[in-house]
This record gives sequence, C-alpha cells and structure tokens, in this order.
Amino acid sequence: MNERMDFAAVKTGEKKSWQKPWHMLFYKEVLRFWRVGFQTVAAPVVTALLYLLIFSHVLESRVSVFDGRVSYTAFLVPGLVMMSVLQNAFANTSSSLIQSKVVGNMIFLLLAPITPWGFFLAYVLAGVLRGMVVGLGVWLAALYFAPELWRPAALGWVIVFGFLGGAILAMLGVIAGLWSEKFDQLATFQNFIILPLTFLSGVFYSVHSLPGFWFKVSHLNPFFYIIDGFRYGFFGLSDVSPWLNLAIVGAVCAGLTWGTWALVARGWKLRN
Amino acid sequence: MKVGCWLPAGFARGARSTDGYSCCAPAALFGVREREKALSRLSPTLPASGRGKGALMTSAVEFQAVSRRFGELQALDDISFTIAPGEFFGLLGPNGAGKTTLISVLGGLVRPNSGRAFVMGHDVTTDYLNSRRQLGVVPQEVVFDPFLTVRETLRFQAGYFGLYRVDDWIDEILHHLGLSDKADKNMRTLSGGMKRRVLIGQALVHKPPVIVLDEPTAGVDVELRHALWTFISRLNKEGHTILLTTHYLREAETLCDRIAMLKSGRVVALDHKHRLLSPFEMIVARLTAARVPDAWQTRVRRMEGQSFLIELNHFEELETLLAALRADNIPIEDLQVEQTDLEQVFLRLTGSDQESPAANSGGSSS
Repeated sequence: MNERMDFAAVKTGEKKSWQKPWHMLFYKEVLRFWRVGFQTVAAPVVTALLYLLIFSHVLESRVSVFDGRVSYTAFLVPGLVMMSVLQNAFANTSSSLIQSKVVGNMIFLLLAPITPWGFFLAYVLAGVLRGMVVGLGVWLAALYFAPELWRPAALGWVIVFGFLGGAILAMLGVIAGLWSEKFDQLATFQNFIILPLTFLSGVFYSVHSLPGFWFKVSHLNPFFYIIDGFRYGFFGLSDVSPWLNLAIVGAVCAGLTWGTWALVARGWKLRN
Repeated sequence: MKVGCWLPAGFARGARSTDGYSCCAPAALFGVREREKALSRLSPTLPASGRGKGALMTSAVEFQAVSRRFGELQALDDISFTIAPGEFFGLLGPNGAGKTTLISVLGGLVRPNSGRAFVMGHDVTTDYLNSRRQLGVVPQEVVFDPFLTVRETLRFQAGYFGLYRVDDWIDEILHHLGLSDKADKNMRTLSGGMKRRVLIGQALVHKPPVIVLDEPTAGVDVELRHALWTFISRLNKEGHTILLTTHYLREAETLCDRIAMLKSGRVVALDHKHRLLSPFEMIVARLTAARVPDAWQTRVRRMEGQSFLIELNHFEELETLLAALRADNIPIEDLQVEQTDLEQVFLRLTGSDQESPAANSGGSSS
C-alpha cells in the first residue's frame, strides 16, 4: 500500500452490495434494543406476567367471557400479549428518535443518502420486531398459566394482527418521536394517548361486559379492533367479526403509513 | 498492513506534536499537477473533459441565489458562489452570520426558501441521494451514539451510505486518525479530542470528494488543532475539496485558497486570500519616541497612546525611517512593525454595514 489513503477504492464500486442504506439503519435499531435486552425485552415480559398473575387470581372466578367458553386467565393472555406488542413497538421507535434528536446523532442519518421510505421502514420494522419478540416472550411464559393456548385456533390471524398492531404503534412512535423535542413531551403522548387507548381497548375484559354507552365508545377505539382480532386468532371467538377487525385495522395501518411517510418525507421536525 | 507514515506526530501513535503551521503546508503550496492527478483519481464520476489542467468542469460546490428566512431573521440572503474541485475554501463570519445555515443547505439539513445548491453537480434537493454521497460533513458539535464502539460507529456510518464489508478501509481510517487502539472502545469512554477525530472519520468513511468542516477546531487544544489541520491539508492535497468554517482567522489565512466572508446572511467579500488582503495591505511602524522626524510627519496615520502609527509603503522604508531618527537624534523607546492580516480585513468588512472595495471586487469574481 502506498502512503496515501486509498480514497478511490469504494468509488470504483468494488465493494458494491445488494444491501441498502436503510438495512444498516434497521440493523442498528435492532441492535439498540437487543443490547439492553433485560430492559427492553425481559422487563416487559415480567410486567405482563405480573398483570396476569394478579388479575387472573382476583377475577378468575368472578368474570365470565364468551359465555363461559373460555377461562378468564386464558382470555387475558392474548390481551396482555398484544398490549406488550403495542407498548414495546411504540417505545422502540419513539425512544430511539427522541434520543437521537436530544443527543444530536440524528445528523448522521440526515446527511446520509437514506430515502424517506428507507428511514420509515427501518424504524417501523425494528419497532414491530421488538414488539413481537416481547409478545412472543409473554405468550411463552403465559403458557404456564394457560397451557391450552399452545395451539392458537388460527395462527395466521395471530401473526397478521400482531404485525399490524405492532406497525400501527411503531408508526405512532415515529410520529411521537418526531413531534417531541423533550422527553416529557414524549411521556405526555405515551401516558395521555397510548396508555388509555391500550387499557380501554378490552385487554382485561370483553366489551360486552360494559354498559351501553361505554360499549359504544369502545368501538371508537382502534386498539379495540387490534386486540379483538388478535384474540380471535387464539380462540376463534371475538366481540366483533374478525373481518371487520381486519378491515378497520388495515385501514388505520394504511392511513398511518401514508401519514407517517409524508411526515418523514417532509423532514417534519428533522430538517428546517 | 503497511500504512502511511505522513500523518503528523499528533495523530500517529500518540506521539506529541511540537510543530506549528510550518508542518501544515497550505494547500496553495502543493503542486498543481499533483493535485490534478489526485483529483482525477478521486472523482471518477466527473466528466472526463473536466479533469486535468486549468478550468475544472463541474463545480465541487455551487450556490445559486440561495436565500433562507427563519421568521424575522434573514439567515441567508441571495448567496451565490462556486467552489472548484480540489479547492480549500474558507467561510468566515461572526456568530449568526449564516455559515452553519449555508453548509446545512448543502447537507439537506436546511431547505432554502429560494435558490439552488449543488454538490459535484448534483442538486441537493432534487438529486439529494447523489449529492449526499459526494459530501462528508464534520459537524460543529461533538455528537455520537453512546451505544456504539468506535469501529461500529464507522461501520454503521459506511452502511448508511450503502457500503458494507469495508473493514479494511475502516482500519486505514482508524490508523490515520490515531484511533487504532481505541477501535473497540465505547464512544462514551473517549476524550473530547478523540471523539472529534471519530467525527472526521465518519465524514471520510464513504470517501466523499467534498468535505465540509464546521468549526472543527472550536474548543480543541493547540496540539490537536495543528494535527487536525495537517490531516485536512493532506486530504486537500489528495484531491478533496475542503469547505471550512472557522473562527480562527490565522488558520483560514494559512490553509485556504479562497475565502468568503459572511455577515447577516450576505457575502460581504469573496476572493483569493491574497487579493482579499491587497486593498487593505499596508505596513505600519508603531514607533514609541518623543517625536517623529519632520520629513515623516505626513506619514503619521494617528497616535495610539505614546506611539505614532506610521505608514510604510514597503519594508525597505524602515531603513529610511531609522536613518531619519538617527539624523534627528531621536531616541527610540520601542518600535514594532505590523502588516495587515486577515483578521483586520475581517473586522473591517464585518464591522461596517458599508461594503468595501474588496467586497465589491470579491463579489464579482465569484
């Protein structure tokens, strides 16, 4: 090698790869949560199990769901699995973006030739992956309490709603991460929007057990359709038609995809 | 792997650098032929007709009537100039002049309200993927990803540009930046100076022909500053176009070929540094004595304290002045000779709202 730094090598394309810039961003986002797996994967699994332990112990003999065809503990598990998927998908994208903005290392992404679609896909898919890994962990651990859930009635529905639910929350996380300039703004988004919508979506109960007014209000919550469709995958039973669930969740997902992509493409809160 | 030995002592193997600007040969001193050869090697994407002697084809950087307003603040006001491939270009101006905004336009971080900007002929808005591939930016702030090691930082940055499996190149960068022994350290554990070196490595990792440095030596100790300038000078010698913003005028004067001065978002001067200096060029003898010889009374510009500031047309006139002092039997208490430097030009141009002759001539030369 001569004394110069060989700047010509890459320019000639000798190292060209099929891999795109956004693949590396996706890999980094996965690595980011995987390296702190105790905090990002194990802790949410433990939290979900504590919910399961307490609620099932207190309510198992008092609550009847799906006309008694499903035990309350079994009913609770898909809800907790999906709640974990939703919360962790949101947390992954939103926390990564706000950290990059606050620390300032977002500049390295903004200067790179990453397309808006690449940016969008890298963050959202990494968020979905974390959500599904945590959800899988909750499901496997919960089998101890509800072994009958080992074989879901319709695994395809489980996977589809798991993916769509994770994607919706990952996109909301992107929006929240872009919008927030401080951590407390993000906490506001999380505590006043995401958490109520999640908890009031039928995670812990069937909406049929609610009084008329709240029954109707629940149907305005898109998270309800995510959890109801996901639960259908486990039991073959749901509060509303699985196809209605799929249509609404798919429409919400499509709308958010367009909206989030548009914000990223505009460089909203990223580029002046 | 055999690696280069040209790096300054401050970078290589932790040795201490004691030399100053003498080790940082200004870009203007490098041979034209050598630079052109380096350019043709570095920029294979440029049209062949553009490479070689004389006028160099596509501009490395071009601003066409770029304006940008933030609310009431006109951050950039109709900025137009070009930077030729291989040039070492300085961008000077007081805080808030618009330097960072202007280079942010190049990187796509700021979008102009009007006008266009190009990097190696690629529009930064409509052809941003290609323009960003041609551009390496060393940001002003020392920022890093606290989850990553030094090597991972460079590996991820290369990946963001679609370059995978470039560990040999990363090793070379690490060596030249004196970071080989820190490669597997987490970024958080590095000193400020080391982190700044990593920033430079990140800007180089995709081998861009144009490198922008936004006040890279702000808050850096003297040793590292000299080492950085030697490194950047070398990059320029190898054909990279350098766009530098700095507050250290002496460095801009030493390193840069051409200099633009910004004030309130406008270019108030733009020219080769020698031409920029020439309208203001003068030699001043600061004489502390009881009086000035009669023949020199008309040459006294003003008094500063007990000192007379006397204009000289050239250094040889100093002999005449000393002879006159001896002839009139005037004892010299103190005598200093000063020459106009960039700082004085800078202060004159940015300290007044009126444009100077240099500003006018510079503007037209762009």
